Amino acid sequence: MDWLNLVVFPVIRIVVLFVVLLTGFAYLTLLERKLLGRFQVRYGPNRAGKFGLMQPLADAVKALFKEEIIPNHVDKPIYVIAPALALVPALLIWAVIPIASGMPAVADVSIGFLWILAIAGVEGYGIILAGWSSNNNYSLLGALRSSAQMVSYELPMGMFLVSILILAGDFSLVNLVDNARPWWEWIWLWLAFPFFFICILAETNRSPFDLPETENELVAGFQTEYGGMKFALFMMAEYTNMITTSAIMATLFFGGWRGPFAEEIVWLGPIYLLAKIFILLCLFIWVRASVSRPRYDQLMTFCWQFLLPLSIGYMVISALLAVFLK
Amino acid sequence: MAIDYLPLLIMIVLGAGFGALVLILPAILGPKETNSQKLEPYESGIIPFSDARRRFPVKYYLVAMLFLIFDIEVIFLYPWAAVLRDLRVFALVAMAPFLLVLLVGFIYEWKKGALKWGE
Repeated sequence: MDWLNLVVFPVIRIVVLFVVLLTGFAYLTLLERKLLGRFQVRYGPNRAGKFGLMQPLADAVKALFKEEIIPNHVDKPIYVIAPALALVPALLIWAVIPIASGMPAVADVSIGFLWILAIAGVEGYGIILAGWSSNNNYSLLGALRSSAQMVSYELPMGMFLVSILILAGDFSLVNLVDNARPWWEWIWLWLAFPFFFICILAETNRSPFDLPETENELVAGFQTEYGGMKFALFMMAEYTNMITTSAIMATLFFGGWRGPFAEEIVWLGPIYLLAKIFILLCLFIWVRASVSRPRYDQLMTFCWQFLLPLSIGYMVISALLAVFLK
Repeated sequence: MAIDYLPLLIMIVLGAGFGALVLILPAILGPKETNSQKLEPYESGIIPFSDARRRFPVKYYLVAMLFLIFDIEVIFLYPWAAVLRDLRVFALVAMAPFLLVLLVGFIYEWKKGALKWGE
């Protein structure tokens, strides 16, 4: 057995990936607070270090040294595991995302699409179990809303993924980015992007679809009973999810690591990918600053009566295009 | 090759290890000054009179059932989507009856009002 290639290199890659992602998460919180500050004509955090650059570090230390409280009325094992269950899948999805020409982040497997779909399916459990095990009325309502919202928006998202798969004709994300696409396919893909982005917003429980944690109705929704590091884990889960889903969108809709000279100079690939992720993250924050929250019935009706038929129609037309034009 | 999936397994193990670490670490580092008030359910200052093991609207259950139907459809579509470019028109014709049946069901649910929240 070839230990070096099979175990040592993957471990190094995974550790580097985790460190990059967690640093990315820390500075994404700062970026969000800074940008939201600017959107609201104020400064945002600027006390800790230059331009507030030390703020994420201070937050991390604070969360680490908080007292751990496990209330009496909770379902203990589930209550403790739920935050980790929310965070870890967001890290795992990265395994199949291509970061440079012909090179995925961790594992070169041919089932990229299935991996994303399977791990994304696990993600909902963290939030649902957290709300259920807290045994608190606010948490329960938040978890119920969250579960219904996440399963509903998973359907149009799955349909759009099938459409992209039809056009790509291959389960591998590496091949998806490597293979050249005709111009009409790009335009057809970009038509779907706004709707896919709406699904992603709902899946990651981001504003304006943050109804599971509406602070004016449910205090903090499913995470009401959590404090200290466990609460921080839910924040980590949400922000890591933003980064991960941005990477997925960049890969599926905007060519991932592709850019000028990216094929000849390999190290340019990750830089282009990061730049695309950064732009998409700014889009997340921009939406949060600009759009107000819909009512819950509007949210669900919009998904079932507009997005779902639309995505099925999109899938059918994609199939026709793939058969007759390719 | 099955061995290609080994990095994924390592990643799952490392991810779970990381999750366990961040759960255990604060329990060691943080202070422990607990009292009975801290351990009560949070109800915005009101004294809690019932726990959350209560009945909730059946609407959520309905959504879960509808989700199952459509999610199975999506799962059926995946292998079909992967081979569509090889089978071409044959695959389209083969999938048409399945989608048609599903469409009838979808229209029925719509007319019944199952897709509209809050009625």
